[in-house]
Amino acid sequence: MELWFSELHADSVKLSIRVDRQVASINSDYQRIDIFDSEQFGRFLTLDGYMMLTEKDEFIYHEMITHVPMAVHPSIKNVLVIGGGDGGAVRELLKYDSVENVDLVEIDGEVIDACKKYMPFTAGRLDDERVNIYVEDGIRYIRNKRDTYDLIIVDSTDPFGPGEGLFTREFYGNCQRALKEDGILVNQHESPFYDNDREACKRMHRHISEGFRISKVFQAHIPTYPSGHWLFGFASKKYHPIKDIREDEWNKLGIKTKYYTTKLHKGAFYLPKYVEELLKDVEKE
Amino acid sequence: MYDERLSQQRAPIYEALQRLKRQRIVPFDVPGHKRGRGNPELTELFGEKCVTMDVNSMKPLDFLCQPVSVIRDAEILAAEAFGAKHAFLMVGGTTSSVQSMVLSALKRGDKIILPRNVHRSVICALVVCGAIPVYVDPDTDPRLGIPLGMSVEVLEKTIKENPDAKAVLVNNPTYYGICSDIKSIVELAHENGMLCLADEAHGTHFYFDDELPIAAMHAGADMAAVSMHKSGGSLTQSSILLVGEGVSPGYVRQIINLTQTTSGSYLLLASLDIARRNLALRGKDIFRRVHKMAEYARSEINAIGGYYAYGREIINKDSVYDFDTTKLSVFTLDTGLAGIEVYDILRDEYDIQIEFGDLGNILAYLSIGDRYQELERLVSALADIYHNAGGNKKGVFFHEYIPPIVAVSPQEAFYAEKEAVELDKSVGRICSEFVMCYPPGIPILAPGEMITDSVLEYIRYAKEKGCSMSGPEDADLATLNVMKGV
Repeated sequence: MELWFSELHADSVKLSIRVDRQVASINSDYQRIDIFDSEQFGRFLTLDGYMMLTEKDEFIYHEMITHVPMAVHPSIKNVLVIGGGDGGAVRELLKYDSVENVDLVEIDGEVIDACKKYMPFTAGRLDDERVNIYVEDGIRYIRNKRDTYDLIIVDSTDPFGPGEGLFTREFYGNCQRALKEDGILVNQHESPFYDNDREACKRMHRHISEGFRISKVFQAHIPTYPSGHWLFGFASKKYHPIKDIREDEWNKLGIKTKYYTTKLHKGAFYLPKYVEELLKDVEKE
Repeated sequence: MYDERLSQQRAPIYEALQRLKRQRIVPFDVPGHKRGRGNPELTELFGEKCVTMDVNSMKPLDFLCQPVSVIRDAEILAAEAFGAKHAFLMVGGTTSSVQSMVLSALKRGDKIILPRNVHRSVICALVVCGAIPVYVDPDTDPRLGIPLGMSVEVLEKTIKENPDAKAVLVNNPTYYGICSDIKSIVELAHENGMLCLADEAHGTHFYFDDELPIAAMHAGADMAAVSMHKSGGSLTQSSILLVGEGVSPGYVRQIINLTQTTSGSYLLLASLDIARRNLALRGKDIFRRVHKMAEYARSEINAIGGYYAYGREIINKDSVYDFDTTKLSVFTLDTGLAGIEVYDILRDEYDIQIEFGDLGNILAYLSIGDRYQELERLVSALADIYHNAGGNKKGVFFHEYIPPIVAVSPQEAFYAEKEAVELDKSVGRICSEFVMCYPPGIPILAPGEMITDSVLEYIRYAKEKGCSMSGPEDADLATLNVMKGV
């Protein structure tokens, strides 16, 4: 049987994964949720036909979006995750005993339900007592929060569809106020490679740089995302992601990872020249 | 007259276009782009489906100037949907509906009673037909600085002073969503042998949801100009003119044909047809949803602080007889920002385009096509703007209403020999052009009006307060055009 999932990464480029079987297909109020099994990537989740995560490579994304800020800020207790209904970021955060509370704000409750049911490898810890789940639009949730969080993780989908609001200036402006004075904002920052993704990437960097003194970008290699080269944003009014890293302290915690190391942490902020330049162009404006 | 085969499920013009497409008729008529083949760039821009429907009047598609088949049927269905005796599909914007309405009701020298905050298309119609305006003070809300509705008491007095007037015109509602007591106004007009005309450029939706303010035709008005392309969902520039019992549809058709194109766009006509069908079948649900979204946005915006998104609480049963709750008008001065500043910031920094901003208010237009996720963006952007502004409250622009002195008809002044005089030396002269002031969006001077000291004082005050002036030939308003030798 030849059954393939294909996603266009650009108008004339696509990635295909041979599917063993379709596990679930759900039409929620916001989007179409599909879960498949494959030989190469194991189980994977798509929203409106766009790849969100696979069993095989999700560790890269979830480790990089959580451990980078956790190794910088000395006392993260209260965390907000916006999006991320798959539970992967929450799973990584709960590896820290020092984290007291994680608020997860996901617009689509059916994504959470589907992941709990079919993707226990990421969603397995969503029922932890330190986790509070709010099913609502992140842009609304954040609006009236003040000085509340040590860390905000924006684990958004794409700059179109239900996640659109999480790519706007109004969203990042309000995030800045929801953070404590020394808080850190980390976000999924799209890819710098294909034209459309690059535009979203630049726009986001512009919005974040307007509100934070320190606004840096780091990278990871994610095989199933367009171009495989993916960026994340790190923003703070106080902490510098490399100068303020607490390397020994973090390593003493003994947290098990497959991708993240404190060495890689530092290296991830050294970007290819063309990426450096496109970010610099934005900062100049 | 009623055709049993016609029901609101039908869309006769749309269906005729579909039939025409299936027939594959060879076009040796206009338009010359011949279904787009002759202008590939046009096809590229608008899509093949769109350009193949850009066709000319022909037997299977009827004729807009004298409809006998599918356009007639579409007009019958529109009349039924809106509860009018007759409906005219219009392709020159609601300006053409308003002007046809005014020209049908009035002849040279006739008087019409109208609120000062009329759309300029009404005064332009008076220039064309030679009728004489009698203005009513619309009353201004002292806190919000916006012009309100027509008070029945004031109208009664005006009618007593002008028993020879032929018609009363009313905005239903105003741009800001303010409604007058149109039912009493219709009764009052009819008791005094006058027609009641309604400018419903912002009130299409009133016809389809009885929880919204009453629509003009339902209140017994004689004619109403309805902007289908605003809240109704048709294409820009399409509109509907509704006619009630007191007016001859044949005469209105003659008036429309004085100025209407003989090449009416079938894209516009079909869009009216489809929009009417949609409203008739689903309008109530649609506007309940819009109302709910607006109510939600109001409560969220009012929770931010600084802003005042007003709703039904401003109703006073007189100059604010009712309020259109689908409108999202927000008073901004208490945030330290003028409405126009918020309007600019939203567009320049947040990529959000709203309908307008005046000195004290912004208006976000909500409709059939909105979703909550965009509404969340708007509210969040307003929150972000408010927290970044942190300025002091600004004073509202408020000025007493100055009753205009209509010395000659707008037509006479407009066509008269004129000369430009310095503003300071214009007192006592008759103005021959428009001076509009935003806010509050009402004319300070219209052609034929006497320039007085208080008018000049108002102009200076408004300029100083940052209001923008439009209309005069000299954009800086150093000089004004006045009638020569008068």
